[in-house]
Amino acid sequence: MKRRDFLKSASAVAATSAIAAPAVFSPAKAQSRAETLLIVSESGPNNLDIHGVGTNVPGYEVSWNCYDRLISHEMKTVDGKAYYDKDKFKPELAEDMNVGDMSATFKLKKNAKFQDGTPVTAKDVKWSLDRAVTVGGFPTFQMAAGSLTKPEQFVVVDDNTFRVDFARKDRLTIPDLAVVVPCVINSELVKKNATEKDPWGLEYTKQNTAGSGAYKVASWVAGTEVVLERNDAWVGGPLPKVKKIIWRIVPSSGNRRALLERGDADISYDLPNKDFVELKSAGKLNIISTPYSNGIQYIGMNVKNPPFDNLKVRQAVAYAIPYQKIMDAVLFGLAKPMFGAPADAATQVAWPQPHKFNIDIAKAKALLAEAGYPNGFETTISFDLGFAGVNEPLCVLVQESLGQIGIKCTINKIPGANWRTELNKKVLPLYTNVFSGWLDYPEYFFIWCYHGKNSIFNTMSYQSKTTDGFIDGAVTAAATGDKANYEKDVKGFVDTAYADMPRIPLYQPYVNVATQKNISGYQYWFHRRLDYRTLVKG
Amino acid sequence: MLRMIAKRMVLIIPNLIGVVIVTFLLTRALPGDPAAYFAGPAADKQAIEQIRVKLGLDKPLIVQFGRYVNDLVHGDLGNSLSTGQPVVTEIKNRLPASAELTLFGLILSMVIAVPLGILAAVKQGSWIDHTCRVVATAGVSLPVFFTGLLLVYVFYFELGWSPAPLGRLDAFATAPAQITGFYLIDSVLTGKLETFRASLSQLLLPGFTLGIFSLAPIARMTRASMLAVLASEFVRTARASGLDNRTVIITYAFRNAMLPVITTLGMVFSFLLGANVLVEKVFAWPGIGSYAVEALITSDFAPVQGFVLTMAVLYVVLNLIIDILYGVIDPRVRLDG
Repeated sequence: MKRRDFLKSASAVAATSAIAAPAVFSPAKAQSRAETLLIVSESGPNNLDIHGVGTNVPGYEVSWNCYDRLISHEMKTVDGKAYYDKDKFKPELAEDMNVGDMSATFKLKKNAKFQDGTPVTAKDVKWSLDRAVTVGGFPTFQMAAGSLTKPEQFVVVDDNTFRVDFARKDRLTIPDLAVVVPCVINSELVKKNATEKDPWGLEYTKQNTAGSGAYKVASWVAGTEVVLERNDAWVGGPLPKVKKIIWRIVPSSGNRRALLERGDADISYDLPNKDFVELKSAGKLNIISTPYSNGIQYIGMNVKNPPFDNLKVRQAVAYAIPYQKIMDAVLFGLAKPMFGAPADAATQVAWPQPHKFNIDIAKAKALLAEAGYPNGFETTISFDLGFAGVNEPLCVLVQESLGQIGIKCTINKIPGANWRTELNKKVLPLYTNVFSGWLDYPEYFFIWCYHGKNSIFNTMSYQSKTTDGFIDGAVTAAATGDKANYEKDVKGFVDTAYADMPRIPLYQPYVNVATQKNISGYQYWFHRRLDYRTLVKG
Repeated sequence: MLRMIAKRMVLIIPNLIGVVIVTFLLTRALPGDPAAYFAGPAADKQAIEQIRVKLGLDKPLIVQFGRYVNDLVHGDLGNSLSTGQPVVTEIKNRLPASAELTLFGLILSMVIAVPLGILAAVKQGSWIDHTCRVVATAGVSLPVFFTGLLLVYVFYFELGWSPAPLGRLDAFATAPAQITGFYLIDSVLTGKLETFRASLSQLLLPGFTLGIFSLAPIARMTRASMLAVLASEFVRTARASGLDNRTVIITYAFRNAMLPVITTLGMVFSFLLGANVLVEKVFAWPGIGSYAVEALITSDFAPVQGFVLTMAVLYVVLNLIIDILYGVIDPRVRLDG
């Protein structure tokens, strides 16, 4: 390019932009602002595909909104809030689901298209589910939770008909098809971008969305911003109201709050509890708090080793936890108590449900003396620094309270990256942690957390033949629809867990979402992330 | 001059080899387990092992190192797990953001600190000298995240003069085409004045936050160095020869006092570039410091290694530039190094 040409083109650029500049203040821009949502959160996705290696939780949100599943859940109203109905399914990509004895058949919507215009076929569904059970890591693990483990289980009947063969009777199979993992991917598009080393095209879908979902990622700057645009051809449900989503990563919680209060950001959902309480009482924003489905923060004890192998010691600890103080001073009331049920309360066929312990220092002391530790003992209490905002004050309160019965705790702060490694070794004597399951069934929680097959979530290394019997019984009863036995078994394992007390439930944490007053349509989902499709502005 | 630069370049190589080895070993010595971290909250042992194999972390250390060096030679710094992007791309995108902010802060701070230092030295013991001392002490003793949050609170939250602390640009503005990576320069080059205004207004608060913090070393160094020069014989001679005060101070004294100031500036710049993590966090600035810290927290090896390596190269280049500047300012400095 000659210098003169350059100058010419440069001035042409300047001229066009000079003309374009006033448009910034035009009503068109204000219009687009009204159809755009600005969401701020602490961290963003590291991968746009939930099948990817090590996709983080914000990545699930992208997957949920950009891909469709065969089926999804209906909504119901709980305490005046929209909450997913775990028992009712609605078609998303499928127009019809037919569950037989050992298989389920899905008819696909005929007009369903991927975002590049190719029609969605049963071949794509099979390829996507094959991928989920084959790539390993979290997606494969989650599929297996619903007894979906082999590609042979997924059958293409014809272009529009798809069948899932059950490996065994398992009532979690159908719910597991409605979680985030079994999303339907544009197989031809991804195959084109796959390589020999990467046959499932994970590198491509990491950066690009290739779904039929309601939104597509228009741009993604990792750690800074995700911009999503509506897919106007979406057939999975009613067309979303919001045209564009701008999701900005704002690490400082103080600034996220300021952005909300100034009215610049529309939604934020990971502020400290204290901020949420203050925002709630100020009344300028909508604050929606919902308990985690099937999730509990607890104090765990290693029952394999002394002193916590002694039931009386565990009971003493359960009587020495300052439950209410934790609720007030750490959570500012934003959690559902899981303690202090009345002594005569009957066990429910439900989970989570509160236990009957509450703070009683005299009783705790007596139990500790009976256990042979009249002067207490020394131990450490560990927590995950990644959630220090709640964990640290919680552990300090527990430390102080246990000190009153002679148990001297040293606080052991474990960095987030190291937490899971340490927990998996199952040697921490005393610790606090959260477990929550996507599938909201009592037996699902107990298989992971209390069963003697000792999964990694059985962080206490708890072993009990009685509990195992009840859990296995409940799983079988649920699969065969034997309601009476199911209820008996659920009550059985809850009672045993609260009698043996290997872990002490504290509370059900809340998902807190703050939005501007003109935003509506928030729905609570098991994955606890935002569903943009129902949000409405104005 | 060219010979000097070439000579310095050769000396850099053993330095860099050392940096590569040390950062590799240091990152492996970190306590966290990236496989467990990235396998997700619901992964079992088997899932974690699968991730470990995928990341190549099941191989012996020496094999991992060989692979790392091989990639490095091909200009590949690996992939960041926490952002999912190649480290080279990330650094290329983020370094200009940090550099723009740091340079802007440094210039702001220089514009205030250098005249303040000169005045303080010339009018030693006067109110301006005391002001200089107070400002410098206050600036350096306020932690940057505090200054940052305070500025956000006053100018954004209370007064509403400043735009939302959302990083380099407002959420509804579009970034200028990437030429230098500096938004201020790129927006002028592409003639997008609206973008220029928007990015300048985003830059002001974090720039001042950094500027306030770096006032102290620059002002104090200018003052001390000016005092020494003002007491020297050639200044006395100049005054005795009847030159006016302005010429004596600016032409004779200040030019000679600049060497230590330049050294300080270089140090402050490289220090700020890595250390403005907190400012980046407060202002959601997509810079390299917050990236490195984030990676460190998640035991994400590749970005940490890439960051340290980039910083090492940057330090070396910066030192070289400062040495060259020395020669320009003071011909007495020999350039052989």
